Amino acid sequence: MNLKNYISLIKKGFKIKNFINYFVVIAVTLIFGLISGIGGLNRSTLALLEQIGYSVIAAVSLSLVVGFLGELSLGHAAFMSLGAFTGSLFQNAVFPSLSSSAPLLSLILAMIIGGIIAGLFGFIIGLPALRLKGDYLAIVTLAFGEIIKIIFQNMDLFGGVMGFQNKYRYDINSLFIVIFVVLLLALAVIQNLIRSKHGRAVMAVRDNEIAAKSMGVNVSYYKIAVFVISAVIAGVAGVLFANTQSTIKSSKFDYNYSINLLVMVVLGGMGNVNGTLLASTVITFIDVKLATILTGDLAVIKNIVYALILIVMVIYNNAPSLKKFRERFNLTNAFNALKKFILTLFNKKKKTKNSAEEVEFGADWSKIPTKIEMDAILSTDLKPDETYDPDVPDKGAKR
Amino acid sequence: MEVITTFLNGLSLGGVYALIALGYTMVYGIAKMLNFAHGDVIMVGGYTVMVFFNLTGQPLVAALIAVVFCSLVGVVIEKLAYKPLRGASPLAVLITAIGVSYLLESLAQIIFGSSHKIVMLADLGKLILGSLVIDLNTVVTLLSAIAIMAALTLFVNKTKTGKAMLAVSEDRHAAELMGVSVNKIIMITFAIGSALAAVAGTFYILKTPDVSTTMGAMPGIKAFTAAVIGGIGSIPGAMLGGILLGVIETVCNAIPALSNFSIAIEFGLLIIILLVKPTGLLGKKKREKV
Repeated sequence: MNLKNYISLIKKGFKIKNFINYFVVIAVTLIFGLISGIGGLNRSTLALLEQIGYSVIAAVSLSLVVGFLGELSLGHAAFMSLGAFTGSLFQNAVFPSLSSSAPLLSLILAMIIGGIIAGLFGFIIGLPALRLKGDYLAIVTLAFGEIIKIIFQNMDLFGGVMGFQNKYRYDINSLFIVIFVVLLLALAVIQNLIRSKHGRAVMAVRDNEIAAKSMGVNVSYYKIAVFVISAVIAGVAGVLFANTQSTIKSSKFDYNYSINLLVMVVLGGMGNVNGTLLASTVITFIDVKLATILTGDLAVIKNIVYALILIVMVIYNNAPSLKKFRERFNLTNAFNALKKFILTLFNKKKKTKNSAEEVEFGADWSKIPTKIEMDAILSTDLKPDETYDPDVPDKGAKR
Repeated sequence: MEVITTFLNGLSLGGVYALIALGYTMVYGIAKMLNFAHGDVIMVGGYTVMVFFNLTGQPLVAALIAVVFCSLVGVVIEKLAYKPLRGASPLAVLITAIGVSYLLESLAQIIFGSSHKIVMLADLGKLILGSLVIDLNTVVTLLSAIAIMAALTLFVNKTKTGKAMLAVSEDRHAAELMGVSVNKIIMITFAIGSALAAVAGTFYILKTPDVSTTMGAMPGIKAFTAAVIGGIGSIPGAMLGGILLGVIETVCNAIPALSNFSIAIEFGLLIIILLVKPTGLLGKKKREKV
């Protein structure tokens, strides 16, 4: 009985578009997992899959801060570096024996530790977010990223400028499966958060902080919570990244890497998880593929194209003077129109009946009484010699 | 004696930072946007100086051309990238600025290649006063920076255009009603800010004769830090912040134990100041109206 109710509830609330990204990720994991099981994947494809995986996780975590909380973070790579260094320190130095005997357990523990450390720093960065907003917060996150980078560069524990030697890594052939499973989890966490009461509160803070506050939303709590969750996920992405590298250098996690992540989020459409997913996949793919074709100074052509796309995209999406144009040529509008057209093709009979009903129903209201008519209906005009008796219902009198 | 030399070096570096910070702060005060591409205008200035110094051999001529060219670049950037976004959300403008910064760096790399170039502009020699050895380049940089800042202060406070700039930064709509052409003022602001960046770029090359596509990034970020420390939007604040930051950096670099962490210390200072006084040292607090 209970189960039946539950199933019907799922059927009612189940919309394929809400879950499509899970299916895509699962399908990709299964397909490539099978191919890799046969032994059909070479090293470069594996590396590409891994890179796409951790970039997507990092970008999605950044989209939580930028897209849903509406605060700009320019130091997101720092959370990744925190996760990468603490996670691989755990894998290499603390339990080298565990890493060789039970690598998956070691990796999972490393992800937990890396996530916790990054989350801790997310909390620390969330604190200024309570006092600062917009541009000021952006520069604080940038400063934070640079500070973390410099501290790692000067710590002998983490190999200094030469980088951390990462000996005990997870098996390179099946790492991407772990990465995609983590991606799935991260997506589940983020999407469930966004669609919950808490997610709506976060978006309310983004849209108008004062209004949200006056409606009883605990702004401080949500701001810090979003920073912590985003940092934890980025830290886990960092641990996964560390497992793809033999040497981890903190110079990798600089300002430019943070900007790269930001580009993925912005190109995907701020506040759109699927868009971020798509954009980060495409950008990473093009990055890796172009890196083999364009070498040396030519590699910059790619950056020019990115920069131009970024500028044009943002101007097109935000320019006040282009508002009319945007409403006319909108991808969502076009898609909806197409959907409507297809639906009318399939449901021709039903559609006509429906519209006829609508006309019939509308006929009642086609002649709306004017104010004078309404007064005539409702008024009880008394003549001087008449007495008013409310019990006689002749004129529609009411008291 | 070494202390005095260090202090003078810090002041002159601070002067360079202050010049860059002025560009940030003026643009922020008047156009209400963070011009993240400002650091790359320094780089454009650096390359322009390099090209024209190699052509003519005259550092002053090269610097002058760089000033004009950078003003043009600043105005063009403003017209193409920022003007369409006037009235849009600050986040959108900030991201566009980041895009512009990326674009300028990439264009420079395509044109000049990614290798660093050495440009020896001029060596004015050293001034020896007893046991005190002062690099004349430092003195020239410091004096020019002070002169430019004084001129800018006079310009803003005494001329009609300068007063219009102050008015726009105070209240854009009220200024517009009083007959100030806001678009023109913003354009002039970008031109002045970029010209200052070009001057700063020239001094930067004078100090470290190294031109590369990322040469503007770090001074840009530091100067921005300086502007925020001093209170962004405030012209005296930018000067104070710049000089403070320059002195701190030079002093940190002079102490061996701290030299690796000088950038971390500067940014740490920024975070602490912002947490204690979110508007910066000389910034004005604005009440938000609902």
